[in-house]
Amino acid sequence: MSEVLSNNNNSIHDDADNVKPPIASVGIIGWIRHNLFNGPINSIITLAILYILWKVVPPFVNWAFIESMWTSSGAECQQADGACWSVIYANFRFIIFGFFPHDQQWRPLVAMILLVTLLLCSQNRNNWKKSLAYAWIIGLVIMGLLMKGGVLGLPPIESSQWSGLPLTMLLSVFGMVAAYPLGIVLALGRRSTMPAIKSLCVIYIELIRGVPLISLLFMSSVMFPLFLPEGLTINKILRAQIAIILFTAAYVAEVVRGGLQAIPKGQYEAAEAIGLNYYMKMRLIILPQALKVVIPPTVGVLISAFKDTSLVVIIALYDLLKTTQSTISNPKWMGFSAEAYIFIALIYFVCCYAMSSYSRRLERELDK
Amino acid sequence: MQPEPIDSSISIKPESIPFWNDPDKRAIFFQVTALIVVAVIGYYLFSNTQANLERQSIATGFGFMQKEASFEIGESMISYSAADTYAKALFVGVLNSLKVAFIGIVLTVILGTFIGIARLSSNWLMSKLAAIYIEVFQDVPVLLQLFFWYAIFYETLPSPRQAIHPMDGVFLTNRGLVFAVPESHPIHKYMLIAFIIGCTGVFFLKQWARKRQDETGRSFPVIRVSALILLGMPCLAWLAGGAPSAMNTPVLSGFNFVGGANISPEFGALLLGLVLYTAAFVAEIVRAGIQSVSHGQSEAAMSLGLKPGMILHLVILPQALRVIIPPLTSQLLNLTKNSSLAIAIGYPDFVSVANTTINQTGQAIEGVCLIMVVYLFFSLSTSVFMNWYNKKMALVER
Repeated sequence: MSEVLSNNNNSIHDDADNVKPPIASVGIIGWIRHNLFNGPINSIITLAILYILWKVVPPFVNWAFIESMWTSSGAECQQADGACWSVIYANFRFIIFGFFPHDQQWRPLVAMILLVTLLLCSQNRNNWKKSLAYAWIIGLVIMGLLMKGGVLGLPPIESSQWSGLPLTMLLSVFGMVAAYPLGIVLALGRRSTMPAIKSLCVIYIELIRGVPLISLLFMSSVMFPLFLPEGLTINKILRAQIAIILFTAAYVAEVVRGGLQAIPKGQYEAAEAIGLNYYMKMRLIILPQALKVVIPPTVGVLISAFKDTSLVVIIALYDLLKTTQSTISNPKWMGFSAEAYIFIALIYFVCCYAMSSYSRRLERELDK
Repeated sequence: MQPEPIDSSISIKPESIPFWNDPDKRAIFFQVTALIVVAVIGYYLFSNTQANLERQSIATGFGFMQKEASFEIGESMISYSAADTYAKALFVGVLNSLKVAFIGIVLTVILGTFIGIARLSSNWLMSKLAAIYIEVFQDVPVLLQLFFWYAIFYETLPSPRQAIHPMDGVFLTNRGLVFAVPESHPIHKYMLIAFIIGCTGVFFLKQWARKRQDETGRSFPVIRVSALILLGMPCLAWLAGGAPSAMNTPVLSGFNFVGGANISPEFGALLLGLVLYTAAFVAEIVRAGIQSVSHGQSEAAMSLGLKPGMILHLVILPQALRVIIPPLTSQLLNLTKNSSLAIAIGYPDFVSVANTTINQTGQAIEGVCLIMVVYLFFSLSTSVFMNWYNKKMALVER
């Protein structure tokens, strides 16, 4: 067909067929021109950035990969110019599992695998059914039993030996699981028409949001023992856990309140008009809609709760950050803090990035 | 036709509602129950506490504040010694907290705005780098970042004897950044006064310029003239005072530098960690704020013949700020609250001083309450100010 056309037509059309688009606006060169060198200012910026990258990236690669040591001893590392990743290789199990008895470390490992599996299953919105909630309850109980032991022939482990990554995950997961219902109750209380209940909730939420988490952790470590009757003591991890729950609940409450405010008034009135009482109105009409709206910001609260568990370092609990710190305060591995911190920063980053990109995906899906 | 008057004497007698179904009475019942529960829990905790305190024979009250603190504080903005009272030690802590929070807020806003704009740049490289920055710094706990910077300062920088000496009068060591400052001179006080006068002048100039523009339509280059006034007034005062230019230069004596000004590694690491962490969040806020102003707005402004600077100043910013300010406030408050993490790297902020006080006196309750009250005061005063500013910037509708 085209042959016929080109035979019949004059030379101008012939040319138009053969003319290629200008090389400077397509392909790699076109892309570079369009995205990096469109205009003098952008060209200068691009060149400046390239110069800085040239100054920074090769030395870093050299330090981190080429001249680095991976499996040597601490003394050998002192001689090397590059990074000493051996500090992680040699202390890997201590950084991750802390003081958990060496031969029992498969238990927190199984618990963490279980947790990650549950999280992966909960990702897909098609799985959001009642059975998933039961799976979570059973899973959390199994995780608790694995950590604590004392059943099925597992030797019991003192909670003072729980440390490292399992402790970080425990504090954030149980913190969120317990803070969520408390936050919903507080949010409902804040939206209530009863002045006494409303003001109690407002005072609680604003008080907690106005102070840093660290003051609550101090409260849990130095003030809390004074609150309890003589003879009754609660262990340190549980006290920190309570502080984290109380703190996170206030933030969850504010997020849920946003969802409650986003539900049109007609929904409340319609629920009342068909004769539902307060509990049924909230349970059947309002909360299912409100909680769906606030799923993305709730993931945001979960991310900051996860990051905030690192603050328990200050009250001397051995979470992931503290086990790392005690590793590098060992004289054998002195001076390699940067490597160790980069390693656990990577762990935190992977977890938070997974959560935040999931929340963005969810936001897009829910927007449709 | 007139409607028939309603006979008020006939009324449908409401079926009497049992009191347990009357919403008003139920509300009272619930509230009284809630208050009683809270009061009982409160009383229970209070009585336990009192019994415990009596048993451990810990004195209560704030009497300890007048006692001698007998501990040193690494850095202080006012003169302080171990012989001063706890009250003064705590005040030094508050000042240190405020210092780091104030400088941190200023730097965060600048860096965050810059990165937020860079994220929107048409330059692919710049935009991607900004995106990587935002993602990395948001997703690593701030405490870990503080430890990291502190370790970098502490481990990789040389001792004072081998100090890095990038330019005249500046030394970088693992004891901090030491640099030369002008020798103190009475003229500095007059320069400050001149600056304050300049600020007042600029305030009135702005009002006059706006009034003139409203009346005559002629604009006045306020920004350029104000910059000139703000810089010029102190310079004039300095020249009038004979232009003293003596510098207080740091000198290595023994194991450390003497003289000049010093930024300690603790302060530096804290400031760097807080600013880099919070700026990542601020950048996202700024980006969202700028994107919220639709492109049509700037096109409309261009078609009115406004100059690019005026478009930014009169059209884009007022609308973007409305979206930016509420979340920005909460981020800056977060920075202030996170400054309490100073205790982890040994910068003597308020929490760290209060913690030392608790450990020395055993006054745990008073100490923790003081921490909470001070931070609540910071938070509430910032939100009052920001609410006022927000109201000023908010859309005024008919």
